[in-house]
Amino acid sequence: MISLTINGQPHSIDVEPDTPLLWAIRENVGLTGTKYGCGVAQCGSCTVHIDGAAIRSCAMPVSAAAGKNITTIEGLAENGVLHRVQKAWLDHEVPQCGYCQSGMIMAVAALLKEKPKPTDADINDTITNICRCGTFHQVRAAIHAAATA
Amino acid sequence: MNYVPKIDRRSFVIGTAAAGAGLTLGMSLPFGAAHAQGTQATPELNAWVMVRPDDTVVIRFARSEMGQGSLTGLCQLIAEELQCDWSKVTWEYVNPSDSIARKRVWGAFNSTGSRAIRESNDYVRRGGAAARQMLIQAAANEWKVPASECTAANSIITHTPSGRKTSYGKVVLEAAKITPPDPKSITLKDPKDWKIAGKPLKRLDTMDKLTGKQKYSADTQLPGMLNAAIKACPVRGGKIVSFDAAKVKGMTGVKNVVQVADTAVAVVADTWWHAKTALDALPVVWDEGPGAKVSSETIAAMLKEGLDAETPLVGNKTGDINAALAGAAKKIEAVYAYPYQNHACMEPLNATARYTAEKCEVWTSTQNAEAVLAAAVEASGLSFDKCDVTVVSAGGGFGRRARTDYVTQAVQIAKQMPGVPIKLLWSREEDMTQGTYHPITQCKLTAALDANNNLTGLRIRISGQSILAGIAPSRLQNGRDPATFQGLNAGGTEGRIGYDIPNILIDHAMRNPHIMPGFWRGVNNNQNAIYLECFLDEVAHAAGQDPLEFRRKMMKKHPKHLAVLNAAAEKAGWGTPLPKGVFRGIAQQMGYGSYVAAVAEVSVSSDGLLTIHRIVGATDPGHVANPALVDRQVAGSFVYGLSAILYGGCTVKDGRIEQTNFHDYNSMRMAAMPKVESVIVPSGGFWGGVGEPTIFVAAPAVLNAIFAATGKRIRSFPLKDQGIRTA
Repeated sequence: MISLTINGQPHSIDVEPDTPLLWAIRENVGLTGTKYGCGVAQCGSCTVHIDGAAIRSCAMPVSAAAGKNITTIEGLAENGVLHRVQKAWLDHEVPQCGYCQSGMIMAVAALLKEKPKPTDADINDTITNICRCGTFHQVRAAIHAAATA
Repeated sequence: MNYVPKIDRRSFVIGTAAAGAGLTLGMSLPFGAAHAQGTQATPELNAWVMVRPDDTVVIRFARSEMGQGSLTGLCQLIAEELQCDWSKVTWEYVNPSDSIARKRVWGAFNSTGSRAIRESNDYVRRGGAAARQMLIQAAANEWKVPASECTAANSIITHTPSGRKTSYGKVVLEAAKITPPDPKSITLKDPKDWKIAGKPLKRLDTMDKLTGKQKYSADTQLPGMLNAAIKACPVRGGKIVSFDAAKVKGMTGVKNVVQVADTAVAVVADTWWHAKTALDALPVVWDEGPGAKVSSETIAAMLKEGLDAETPLVGNKTGDINAALAGAAKKIEAVYAYPYQNHACMEPLNATARYTAEKCEVWTSTQNAEAVLAAAVEASGLSFDKCDVTVVSAGGGFGRRARTDYVTQAVQIAKQMPGVPIKLLWSREEDMTQGTYHPITQCKLTAALDANNNLTGLRIRISGQSILAGIAPSRLQNGRDPATFQGLNAGGTEGRIGYDIPNILIDHAMRNPHIMPGFWRGVNNNQNAIYLECFLDEVAHAAGQDPLEFRRKMMKKHPKHLAVLNAAAEKAGWGTPLPKGVFRGIAQQMGYGSYVAAVAEVSVSSDGLLTIHRIVGATDPGHVANPALVDRQVAGSFVYGLSAILYGGCTVKDGRIEQTNFHDYNSMRMAAMPKVESVIVPSGGFWGGVGEPTIFVAAPAVLNAIFAATGKRIRSFPLKDQGIRTA
């Protein structure tokens, strides 16, 4: 059994320690907002926060997350109030298909925590998630909007 | 096929994946003719519109939403004619089984070929208008006044002379009892009077995508559900010889190991991770078949032979090309090539199926729910009335989800475990290996210039793969695949060449490698636009003329093509000075009924670092359902099309596609994204597509700009193999 704290809730799950955190979250805990896109930390669809930092959960064993604070897209809004990144995403209508956006939003929320006013260069260096629909314009505009919100 | 509905209006063929078999279906009048259905709580006015007593409007959506926004656009068109309160609009997917039970009242389901809006806008708008007329009539009946004295706006009906008002919700139960009007009697609103359609309204489906609440088909959860991971023979045409199930049956969570047709094996487990872990450990022996001898080199040689071979497959012939070439003052010739591409939707292919002897149910994301139903019928062996498909939102489609191979597999697995819901999810590696790839072609182009540098002849020989030959050979026309000539046709409303050249011959030497081809966003327009537009740039250069002026001279008889080209050029400031080191390229094309053009501005450093500073993309789709959605499709199509020429390209070794994930099949990220300026110039009078057309012109505009910057023509792709990289 591995003990995880996800979105403030404790979970005790029966899972092999080398199971990727992504699959423990999706299949053992049942939170499906975190997406599988590549399984090799390339695309970023699976991004979650561990102790506030953005992590690609498909490439991290669940055992490494034990005892840490995990936040998934389901836990980003607090008390039903959208996080400023989600709010900016809504205002700028960022998603197309939306499949990559959970990871995109989590990556951006972590960036803003570290760099409250990121430059375009900061964004280019940090937000390397793949979006096949090509929402990058709206992503960039929404990041700058969230940074000034 | 044991269920063929009566053909009411026009026949329709739904291809099924497994055998290329066709199911001929009729289509009833798309609304009104079938008895309205619904409940007291949600009365149905016709197949497209339901209104609840609390004034909520529920609009039915029969096409697919995979991010392109057709859902919102079609709802706007219906709401426009319905004259309802847009803030009260909700929507629901239509189940294709229900449609067949109602004589295909919802018409076609497919969202391919940029057709969701352009091919259904007329009948869905009539559905909205008919519902409005019925609601007004119900109010008029209640007030005992002529309907002609009543108007409707914002879900409120007003009797103009008396000022009495009521709402849609208050009269809907009576309205639902009224005989629908003859759809032919309805006059649709003039687009210039639109208040809901044509406006940049917000999408109806954004919120759940921000919170993790949105369910994609990969998120399907059913009681008692098990998960399957699958591996098919990596060489197309190969088969399974054997697999050693005993080796993995004892692994954690494994419930079953099953063969899937004669080409694949699946592990079924409690979780997908357990299924995949066991599958990776499963020893499998393949008979890879003759395809295993094929490589990118053998395919290239096969196509090269076709560049000069005899062929009867002509796409466009005008004048006498041989005479034009023989009499040319100057001849220019070039050979281009375009590689295989994978769709690589962010959501890997998946489907959930539950089979019993009495019923087969499927939950999946698709671009054609009726094709999924046909696949379920065929794979289950059950009749249509015993099969049921629930459509779930798609994490991308791009043409790949028009195929149903993954649905067939899910049913084939479920059939071996009756009663148990099975969710089959392809790994990214399986998705990369079992694609239906953008077809591979080479192209030889020859131009004849006269002594005054006028283009008097153009010879284009395409050599390579036909999509139809791979997926639906019965649709070839005397062996010819008309889609090969997309954008190069002499006439028609779909995709005609935009130049007046006195002598033209465009033909196709069909060469079909064993790799499975498929429709990939933009389809053959992608390479045809590169071939034609980059080559014309070469010819303009050889003629010593400005690429825009060189084109304009030949476009006098093609005013819509020309207007879009001019719109792009004007917005981009073609001919005006640029910062040092920045250069422009231009391209235009027509496809899926729309006219598109682009101007790209790039710089290339001495060591090959490409920066795409800006692309202006212009489009004339005739009418626009929602300009904000169009802007997003323009920019998004550029990302998809440029990813393919920058980093894409699938290569073949030992008969299989070599790329396995995004590390070797990369996609554009934030850092490489150019500024995109969309120019929408709808000229009215026709409905063209939006999801695909602009993808054609991004690549040739960028390539022509790269030439302007470097003096070097690049004629094969991806650019990463030609010394060009991005940030």
